[in-house]
Amino acid sequence: MSEAKKLAIIATKGTLDWAYPPFILASTAAALGYDVQIFFTFYGLQLLRKTLDLKVSPLGNPGMPMKMPFGPKWFKGINWNIPNLVQSLVPGYEALATTLMKQTVRNSGVASIPELRELCREAEVKFIACQMTVELFGFEHGDFIDGLEFGGAATFFEFAGESDICLFI
Amino acid sequence: MADKELDARGLNCPLPILRTKKMLNDLTGGQTLRVVATDPGAVKDFQAFAKQTGNELVESAEANGEYTFILKKKA
Repeated sequence: MSEAKKLAIIATKGTLDWAYPPFILASTAAALGYDVQIFFTFYGLQLLRKTLDLKVSPLGNPGMPMKMPFGPKWFKGINWNIPNLVQSLVPGYEALATTLMKQTVRNSGVASIPELRELCREAEVKFIACQMTVELFGFEHGDFIDGLEFGGAATFFEFAGESDICLFI
Repeated sequence: MADKELDARGLNCPLPILRTKKMLNDLTGGQTLRVVATDPGAVKDFQAFAKQTGNELVESAEANGEYTFILKKKA
């Protein structure tokens, strides 16, 4: 398979919304015949935890529409413009936004993150966890799913240096 | 008649492509797979998938919001 194209991804974000791009691109590239590696660093390590507890926060994110995933069409169409100040004061606001996003995802036939992660593994996408940030954030290797490789920047470049596409997410 | 069928209705990107790839693995060269999808993005995606993987897109049709693709597995 040395003729296969290579895709190298650096995943640095640890929220529910930003968990999608690395897993979608990696699984699709693998389906197209690419050899794929993802290097998870900083908050991206959250995507490798045994128990995923990813959340999304609309606070300070003016690009995120706040829409309801249920009710009649006119109600779903409303973009709830909630001021940052209110968002920051209401307890459980992030948990609510996360629940709503997960429901929207289900309604639209979009895969869940655990499902996409599993599809990546089945397609032999290689996951590498950044050892330095594992230590920096006080994680243990046991916090993460099995079958990971732990390495540093040099490990990443070994593959990335020969890659056809390299993405920082 | 295609050798295998995949119902990808209601699924969104990238699931139709991922499931298609999985099913193609079970076919032998020259056999065909018929996929039905509702994701409008699938039209371009199946063209791109065929072009990049060498599996031939024999048919691509749309009727009543459903997209039908027939892929022939690379020999």
